[in-house]
Amino acid sequence: MPCGPFVVRIRTCSEGIADGLHRLYRDFPLIPEGDFVDFEVEVRAPGLLRSVVRPQVGFYCEGRAPFKPLPRHQAFPMLEWGLNWVISTHAHDHLVLHAAVLERGGRALLLSADPGSGKSTLCAGLVHSGWRLLSDELALVELATGRVRPVARPISLKNESIEVVRALGGDVELGTVCPDTTKGAVAHMRPPVDSVVRRHEPALPAWLVFPRFVRGGQLDLQSVGKAQAFMEMVRHAFNYGFLGGSAFDALAGLLDRTTIMRASYGDLGQIVPAIDRLTAADGR
Amino acid sequence: MKRGLRNEGGLIAAVLADPARAHDLDAAGWSMLIGQARNADMLGQLHFRLASGGALGCAPQAARRHLDLAWELSCRHRDAVRWEVFHIATALRKLDLPVVLLKGAAYCLGALPAAEGRVFNDVDIMVPHAALTAVEYALLDAGWIPQVANDYDQRYYRRWMHEIPPLEHKSRGTVLDVHHTIVPPTSGVVPDAGELLRRALPIEGEGWQELAGFRVLAPEDMILHSAAHLFFNEFHKGLRDLFDLHRLLEHFGCRDDFWALLRGRAEETGLSQPLADAVVHCERVFRTPLPEAERARARASLPEGVVGAMRGWMLRRALLPDHPSCSTTDVSLARWMAFVRSHWLRMPPGLLAIHLLHKAVRAKE
Repeated sequence: MPCGPFVVRIRTCSEGIADGLHRLYRDFPLIPEGDFVDFEVEVRAPGLLRSVVRPQVGFYCEGRAPFKPLPRHQAFPMLEWGLNWVISTHAHDHLVLHAAVLERGGRALLLSADPGSGKSTLCAGLVHSGWRLLSDELALVELATGRVRPVARPISLKNESIEVVRALGGDVELGTVCPDTTKGAVAHMRPPVDSVVRRHEPALPAWLVFPRFVRGGQLDLQSVGKAQAFMEMVRHAFNYGFLGGSAFDALAGLLDRTTIMRASYGDLGQIVPAIDRLTAADGR
Repeated sequence: MKRGLRNEGGLIAAVLADPARAHDLDAAGWSMLIGQARNADMLGQLHFRLASGGALGCAPQAARRHLDLAWELSCRHRDAVRWEVFHIATALRKLDLPVVLLKGAAYCLGALPAAEGRVFNDVDIMVPHAALTAVEYALLDAGWIPQVANDYDQRYYRRWMHEIPPLEHKSRGTVLDVHHTIVPPTSGVVPDAGELLRRALPIEGEGWQELAGFRVLAPEDMILHSAAHLFFNEFHKGLRDLFDLHRLLEHFGCRDDFWALLRGRAEETGLSQPLADAVVHCERVFRTPLPEAERARARASLPEGVVGAMRGWMLRRALLPDHPSCSTTDVSLARWMAFVRSHWLRMPPGLLAIHLLHKAVRAKE
């Protein structure tokens, strides 16, 4: 199966994963047997004992486990976290940023924020209003061109945002809700067909937004200076130290070509039209 | 079927020994080769070997990408190791001591072929035993902090091991191991550390005033250390360490008096056995060029009979890359045996029992 810039082979006997793959990855092509595979991943019980007593599952990449095992009912979220790990620790031909990426009119919008700021919820809202999903979690900035390469995997939603996104309407399809993970309840939203089909089409960034959901808050948009944004994005980069000088250049290039805003909001109904207005005005 | 699997298990070793083998690989073969090389921490070395054997061009684009990234990483690592050694030298300058770089940092600063494509997890240095405390305080002053907080582990290192607990730099996050000799004294093998320091050679051509007191072990001692490190341990990065040895033997082995000197030093230091293992397994896996007499001598000096057969069986498997394509039941068993053996070799039975008891009690907590 394609997984961002890589091809992965997934082995598992978990029904939760089979179900999740059927529902959320149904538009993805199967890579023919015998083609080059970048990573073999497996989700299985860590040992005989743990397949029977308080059953657990572990994520294995080429036989190695980057994380501690989790209870068996969390198999699908574990696969998703594992695949994020595979991309963020190996795609070093890119600057890897913790950010959601969307595209409209050939130009990309990056949403970067700490966990719990409502980034994924906003991402789902923008997808619902017609933006193309490039990624919910990882922005892969090509070092040579500055373009962002799509990952186009399911959007990970937590706790109340699951129902907020479900309420958006009929075209939203969510997988099974998995309760009691370390991040609370987790469910994934299927990426639209268009995003999956156009998963090889990168886009040049034009906007960088730092969103922050404030319960009951009013819409507030403020522009952010480049130096401040730089320091913030270094914090959100997975491989900044790893890449050294080329990461600096890629990040500086990104900030030079983007309008940078900080946005706090209390409701998707405020922020989605505001972003539409901002990007439409810039696009003219 | 099992035999077939085992041959595949050695795919990375086969290609490193003979890069022309890469021309026969299909896409699935390349997937396995890249996976094995990644888990063995040898993608950079594989890039180097394919390039020098004229076989890099036959890699499919998707495989080539992993190789190129690993090569770039290894180049950055080389610069990073130089930079780190510069900081260590600055921290230790006022002590005016001989400081010997060991393993990866020595291959890198010594500009040895073993450094090509290699990545480094830490920097290892060796200083005179008498200066250990002064060195530790100087490093603490300069921002290194002990990684091991636990009292038992602290005592274990200081009382029984050949190094103090690993230090981590508070801002760079780099790890530094400070040794006072090349094998744990508890193993019963006690090379003369003073002699190792006396025989060490200055680092040439770096042009840094700060590195004036820095050395690398003499070639023979460097090989003996590398062999002892590999064959007294649990083969965690076994194939990578064996490849280091292969490159060292290949590089130094063409000097006239080298083999006689190496054998002499092995006897003096009590490391003839790991040397014989190194020679036999380098030749078996990587076809290291050896003088006929040395090959015969090394083979003759290994244990015979049931014990010899068991050792051979275990070592052949423990030196496979840690990858699902090689993880058959017999390989897992061999790895477990190698783990037990490494502890047995490093400590006398009484100490081993106490050590295991401590670890077991702590694991429960």
